[in-house]
Amino acid sequence: MVEILDELKYTKEHEWVRLEDDLVVIGITDYAQDALGEIVYIELPSEGDEVTKGNPFGAVESTKSVSDLYAPISGEVVEVNEALLDSPEVINEDPYGEGWMIKVKPYDVGEIQDLMDSDEYTEFVEKESEKL
Amino acid sequence: MSRTALYEVHRQLGGKIVEFAGWEMPVEYTGIRDEHLAVRNSAGLFDVSHMGEIEIHGREAASLCQWVTTNDIASLKSLQAGYTLLCNPEGGIIDDVIVYKFSDEHFFICVNAVNTLKDYEWIRDAGSRFKAEVLNRSPEFSQIALQGPNSQGILNGIFKMSLESLRRFYFQPLKWNGADLIVARTGYTGEDGFEIFLPWDRATELWDKIMDKGRPFGILPCGLGARDTLRIEMAYPLYGHEIDEDINPIEAGLIRFVKIGKGDFIGRESIINSMEKGVRKKLAGFEMIERGIPRQGYGILRDNDVLGAVTSGTLSPSLQKPIAMGYLKTGVKHNGEVEIEIRGTKRRAKIVPIPFYKKSEKERKKW
Repeated sequence: MVEILDELKYTKEHEWVRLEDDLVVIGITDYAQDALGEIVYIELPSEGDEVTKGNPFGAVESTKSVSDLYAPISGEVVEVNEALLDSPEVINEDPYGEGWMIKVKPYDVGEIQDLMDSDEYTEFVEKESEKL
Repeated sequence: MSRTALYEVHRQLGGKIVEFAGWEMPVEYTGIRDEHLAVRNSAGLFDVSHMGEIEIHGREAASLCQWVTTNDIASLKSLQAGYTLLCNPEGGIIDDVIVYKFSDEHFFICVNAVNTLKDYEWIRDAGSRFKAEVLNRSPEFSQIALQGPNSQGILNGIFKMSLESLRRFYFQPLKWNGADLIVARTGYTGEDGFEIFLPWDRATELWDKIMDKGRPFGILPCGLGARDTLRIEMAYPLYGHEIDEDINPIEAGLIRFVKIGKGDFIGRESIINSMEKGVRKKLAGFEMIERGIPRQGYGILRDNDVLGAVTSGTLSPSLQKPIAMGYLKTGVKHNGEVEIEIRGTKRRAKIVPIPFYKKSEKERKKW
């Protein structure tokens, strides 16, 4: 069973968001890492880059395939988890912890309310799984 | 969508099922990297029942095979197999196949799943003037590939025959628990190994037996993902990637499997013509200098000129670096360095000799 944390918000593209003071931390969910398989490569933006809600901000790759990462919120990238560049497998091992990807200073923190809560995401994932 | 006889086994083993060439196949079980390394270091077991099997028999079976393929079938001994190409009259590659010779009047051809029906119809129609019958026997066969340096040790515990004497690219028909098997020392991984053809409904029984005997060796079930990374490291072509009907054997670097001197065959004149005139593109190998994993379809550039496109790419599990194959325009100066456009960003890559993966000479002698 995949892990879904109560305190996070989620996107339909399987990113999670955690509010930390005035910043949002972004990563991908346990469901996403499991579906991707071993992550062998990641591409992330740089500090100071702008990300736009719903647009790709990077990509994760397994041996077999590439998946875009979509920004859950618009804002400026203030911190990047550069440890992932050399050890992308950390995303598989600890998707909600050490596997965080970027911290963003949002232009409108209210955008976070458009995202799914854990119950909604649980239901969403169940439907996705049925499709397989 | 079709399922192999081993479908339920794959589900029970936790295989991730994907669609491939109209088949529901496992892409990985425990992880592509582990499966890949199991094959390089010990043994891995693949269900390749989706592959097609075409049988040719009759008085002129050898002549028919000689006519529809590029390699010299006449040089094969009985119970020997050979890698060869089917080409169209323009020299384009219809498929790459392995021909198994039972006798001058009986051959067996293993073809790519996606091309089974096309190849069958092509061979049947192109060979209609020969006194030989062409049969698509794919639905009757399962196929299991056991690959890796410990393959022989594992199979020796299962079959009565000793596999010691079965040389690479030879095969042996044998009885196993009443079933007729063909055990061939062939593969698509660059390792020693065997491909076993057997009656459709006996696959589970043999699969379980091999997994059981292989356990002390650390055998892993392997999916199409590892099959792909293993063949990319060896620079083996895959239909739909490095080869297709618009690519000829010279472009694909497969001219050693074309024997112009063997007599007439389909595509011969066009291939001779291309040899004389030269070709516009050639397959090459690449390694990234900058970060990124090249994938099929990514552009290959030099100073903003498009030189070609990537046909296959991956992070090599054995070499731990991104590798790729792709076509390069001929006659362009590039000093061994190009750029590959990865999602809109140009990244430096160098041209390297293929295959990417080479066993050390010492290990090689064990075969």
